[in-house]
Amino acid sequence: METTIPNGLVWLIFLLPLISFVLITLFIKPFLNSRPKLSGYITIGTITGSLILSLWLLASLLNAPSHELIIPDFNWLIIEGSINIHFGLTIDMLTAIMLIVVTVVSLMVQIYSQGYMHGDPGYHRYYAYMSLFTTAMLGLVMANNLLIMYIFWELVGLCSYLLIGFWFHRPAAAKAAKKAFIVTRIGDFGFLAAILLLFFNTGTLDVAQLHSYAVTGAIGSAVLTWAAVGIFAGAVGKSAQFPLHVWLPDAMEGPTPVSALIHAATMVAAGVFLVARMFPLFEHSPEALSTVAYIGGFTAIFAATMGLVMTDIKRVLAYSTISQLGYMMLGLGVGGVAIGIFHLFNHAFFKALLFLGAGSVNHATRTFDIRLMGGLRKVMPWTYATFLIASLSIAGIWPLAGFWSKDEILASALSENTLLFVLAMITVFMTAFYMFRVVFMTFGGEYRGSEKPHESPPVMVVPMVVLAVLAVVSGWFNATGGFSHLLGHGESHGFTEGFFGILSHPLPWISLAMAGSGILLAYAMYSAKWLSAKRISWFFRSLYVLFSKKYWTDELYEDVIGQRLLSDNLFAGMKLLDSNVIDGAVDGVAKTVVVTGKTVRKMQSGQLQLYGLFIILGVLAIVISLLLSG
Amino acid sequence: MTLGLEHFLVLSSVLFAIGLYGALSKRSAVVILMSIEIMLGAVSIAMVAFSRYVVPALLIGQVFTIFIIVVAAAEATVGLAIIIAIYRRRETIDITKIDLMKW
Repeated sequence: METTIPNGLVWLIFLLPLISFVLITLFIKPFLNSRPKLSGYITIGTITGSLILSLWLLASLLNAPSHELIIPDFNWLIIEGSINIHFGLTIDMLTAIMLIVVTVVSLMVQIYSQGYMHGDPGYHRYYAYMSLFTTAMLGLVMANNLLIMYIFWELVGLCSYLLIGFWFHRPAAAKAAKKAFIVTRIGDFGFLAAILLLFFNTGTLDVAQLHSYAVTGAIGSAVLTWAAVGIFAGAVGKSAQFPLHVWLPDAMEGPTPVSALIHAATMVAAGVFLVARMFPLFEHSPEALSTVAYIGGFTAIFAATMGLVMTDIKRVLAYSTISQLGYMMLGLGVGGVAIGIFHLFNHAFFKALLFLGAGSVNHATRTFDIRLMGGLRKVMPWTYATFLIASLSIAGIWPLAGFWSKDEILASALSENTLLFVLAMITVFMTAFYMFRVVFMTFGGEYRGSEKPHESPPVMVVPMVVLAVLAVVSGWFNATGGFSHLLGHGESHGFTEGFFGILSHPLPWISLAMAGSGILLAYAMYSAKWLSAKRISWFFRSLYVLFSKKYWTDELYEDVIGQRLLSDNLFAGMKLLDSNVIDGAVDGVAKTVVVTGKTVRKMQSGQLQLYGLFIILGVLAIVISLLLSG
Repeated sequence: MTLGLEHFLVLSSVLFAIGLYGALSKRSAVVILMSIEIMLGAVSIAMVAFSRYVVPALLIGQVFTIFIIVVAAAEATVGLAIIIAIYRRRETIDITKIDLMKW
């Protein structure tokens, strides 16, 4: 496309799904309630529009010098002399890539949902929330201002809450929604604190301006570090990094397409995006950057260990998501924007596909428990094929997408920090193992459930096939370092020799060997049964219990911190303070007034002479005071 | 010894104090009414005295005093009528017993 995209259409990218949200809530739900498919079609239509515009935007950016577009912004909040906040859009390659990821995955998930949510009474509500979420997510990646970003940030959190609790009549779903909201809120507090800190130190919230301040050193190093750590705290909450990872596995109570879109591909990646967007701040604060790397590296292996033992297919995928997000953080911490975002880009496609596959399996068997599945490859060939491709991709098998970004991260980690490299390498092995454990238990062997499984309808299969193609090819964009180059940061470690050239390095062979041995072990345990899974879990029983109890983090947070520390002590103390001191003060004032009134009304004797005496005393007092003041 | 303004003012304040004391301390409504008349008389004396000694050319104080006498007469009439009405109804003019306005 030759012509540059007009400014108005850029705004339309994130306003289109908003239009769909408004249409569904205000018109379709009240007036056309009997036509549920209509809201789905509108959502799909508007998101297709956003996708086309995003592609046009990407094309324009590729032609534009320095790969940036300046969109005129408008004043949003002006207080003379102190606050001047513009509402505008940042249009660079990072935005464009995120826009493509969000719109593509969102579109596929919306199409898939037409099949998955078929006949659900909350159909309109589902699509309304999904549209709102897409708007918020697109707005978040396009905002040029921390405050606007924060608004969209909270909005995606709200949509996540609403969609996790979509089946709110199930107590588990309502509880999970609440948990997700509260836990991410803890991180958001850090983000908000960082915004305020930056604002009071620089007087601006504009992202580009903050970047230049960070680069020129106009922000003091202590402020910079705390601001970066605060921003990272927000990212930790949203991207479910340790220690705020506990909400994501529970969030699987929501409908599976929601998990695919929000809790795999887009919203949880918002934390990674945020760190990437504010990267100059991290870059100039070595402490903050190494925090990102260590938290990411630790989360990657920590979540992977729990993924090894889960029996719920969605929970395995949830822990896998946490682990992969940890990878992205590690990539940002040791490598830079391009490497972290490249993994985000690839991960979005294959992880969304894995979730859609899990949803398809659930559609057929009505369960998420992999112990009740098996043998599905015969009845669900499409689901099996796409799920297998995604699993190979996430395991990092050449030449699928996951391989390219994972090896970039591993190479950067090796050159920066040996400990993190070793952790990441072990995670590669674990990832391959738990993914193929799921594959073999779900699709291999004989069927163990009671429902009669069947292949999903084409409306669900087609999006999976599209995503499967992307899960294969999305990594190739960086085979010659093109992706890193476009992100304008240029820091790419090693592999730019192209499709086959990468195999001349030793590192990819090591990671392939790790992944291969993971797959082999899974095959030995769950398909060929050379090794008994029971005996191995008994042999490592202390570890097995530790992993399957999720390191008792839920118990630690809910019982020890939540119940004992906060409820029983702090809040109980606060309650005492409230009921005695504060209520006491309020009640005391009222009581004093009542008692005074009761005493004073005795003076209202009805005797005129007494009143007369008071009048005289009053007059005397006035006269005396006049005389004294002279 | 010539009579000065001070003598009249002393007389006036003594009379006023006697009237005030009576008005505030007596129980009988009739005595209170009489005490109020004494106070009005005391004020009248003070008015005339000021007028005579301070602005002899004008008769402001005297005119005021005439008004006071007229009003006092009317007030005494109405006051006594009220007292009679109360007496007829309650067989007492002890104002400590007349306390319907009490809380």
